[in-house]
Amino acid sequence: MIALLARDLRLAVRAGGGFGLGLAFFLIVTALVPFGVGPEGGTLARIAPGILWVGALLACLLSLDRIFALDFEDGSLDLLATAPIPLEAVVAVKSLAHWLTTGLPLVLAAPVFGLLLNLPGPGYGALVASLAVGTPALSVIGAFGAALTVGLKRGGLLLSLLVLPLYVPTLIFGAEAVRRGAGGLDFATPLMLLAAITAGALAGLPFAAAAAIRVNLR
Amino acid sequence: MSIWDYANPKKFMQTTDRLLPFVAVPAGLMLAAGLLWGFFLTPDDYRQGATVKLLYIHVPSAMMAINAWGMMLVASLVWLIRRHHVSALAAKAAAPVGLVMTLIALVTGAIWGQPMWGTWWAWDPRLTSFLILFLFYLGYIALWEAVENPDTAADLTSVLCLVGSVFALLSRYAVNFWNQGLHQGASLSLDREQNMADVFWYPLLVCLAGFVLLFLTLVLLRTRTEIRLRRLKALEARERMA
Amino acid sequence: MPELGKYAVEVLSAYGVTLLLLAGIVALSLRRDARVRRLLADQERRMGRVHE
Repeated sequence: MIALLARDLRLAVRAGGGFGLGLAFFLIVTALVPFGVGPEGGTLARIAPGILWVGALLACLLSLDRIFALDFEDGSLDLLATAPIPLEAVVAVKSLAHWLTTGLPLVLAAPVFGLLLNLPGPGYGALVASLAVGTPALSVIGAFGAALTVGLKRGGLLLSLLVLPLYVPTLIFGAEAVRRGAGGLDFATPLMLLAAITAGALAGLPFAAAAAIRVNLR
Repeated sequence: MSIWDYANPKKFMQTTDRLLPFVAVPAGLMLAAGLLWGFFLTPDDYRQGATVKLLYIHVPSAMMAINAWGMMLVASLVWLIRRHHVSALAAKAAAPVGLVMTLIALVTGAIWGQPMWGTWWAWDPRLTSFLILFLFYLGYIALWEAVENPDTAADLTSVLCLVGSVFALLSRYAVNFWNQGLHQGASLSLDREQNMADVFWYPLLVCLAGFVLLFLTLVLLRTRTEIRLRRLKALEARERMA
Repeated sequence: MPELGKYAVEVLSAYGVTLLLLAGIVALSLRRDARVRRLLADQERRMGRVHE
């Protein structure tokens, strides 16, 4: 399993897009928003929590189709399905690799983007905490969507349509935590609910995703 | 004789062939009676004026939007557990009907919201939940369309329906947490005397029955279409092989 | 025609849209059923009676 993780990470780095692309996309989204709504600091500060979360979500979505697609095309997914480790574990490891290459960089870079959007001081802790807790859920849910669409030729757009509604609870609690944090309020409640969603998704979705992959490989 | 006998496509076709008129005709009658009663013979509400007449389409369609998804969930489970093709096809047949019901609930809600709340759209929890439900229907239908192999499509959509149900419920509570709404409390509850006068209640009941029967009619009809389509595909495949 | 007061436009348009949508889904379902029925009948005639 560790070998699989290392392999996925290596592939992502070698492909070049792994770390960079999601971050660059996130940067562009945050840079475009002020052009759209105007440079006025108060407005930006008010919408910053939502924009940062939506940006993270879209950046995450960008690389989802690569979780299984390449392995499906060259047949290594068939090998993995018959490998001694259970397919559920493969899904979990691949989600982890996706998170390490897209979610984690977002978490680390988020304060800088918060700065760009004039996020109020107390919000930074909430921003980093909510992204750290929430982005693993995005990766696992995304892996489930990718598993559903892995056999399809034009799965990309369908993948977004399937996955984005599933992201709603995560987005709501994540952005709510940042909003409360930015307002100087206690953000423990939304953060805990967010953690509950992440834990539930981590526990349940690898099974659903593995089932979907088995169907697609049949 | 058990209910599983109807999982045999032939038996299902025979039974529904006889059954369909007995569902379709009452559906049309109930719907016409309920809507006409509601539209022509009920008084205006003292606060909401004539817009209270929207009750007779808004509430039943909203109820069926949710119940259709519930029916798809049950049918998906039956397919996953017992592998009855009719069940998978019934879930497929119900989705577009549920989509239309959701759309009706959203549109009538918007039209009702304009004069009552002063806005076509508010990010009220129930409105938002229905929008999310609408997206779930779209994704479900799109996945059915995208996958070519019918059994694969049935499996994948069933899994999506299960996971989607969990997340739809989660969204419902998340949305509640996120924003307190403008919506009034539930209009349908056991202690309805407190909520609604009889003059509004009886025509609403008729409309509810009409919508349920209409849904049933459409699902039966569409399931029959899907079964025929499946047989057609099988025959074509056999012809190609011969 | 009942007196709808100042909300006539809202009520009528809501009923209109609903009836339109319901009629739409019913019509589409019926049309698709008829089409599949015809195709299946053609196919069965062409192949002779085939067992299930």
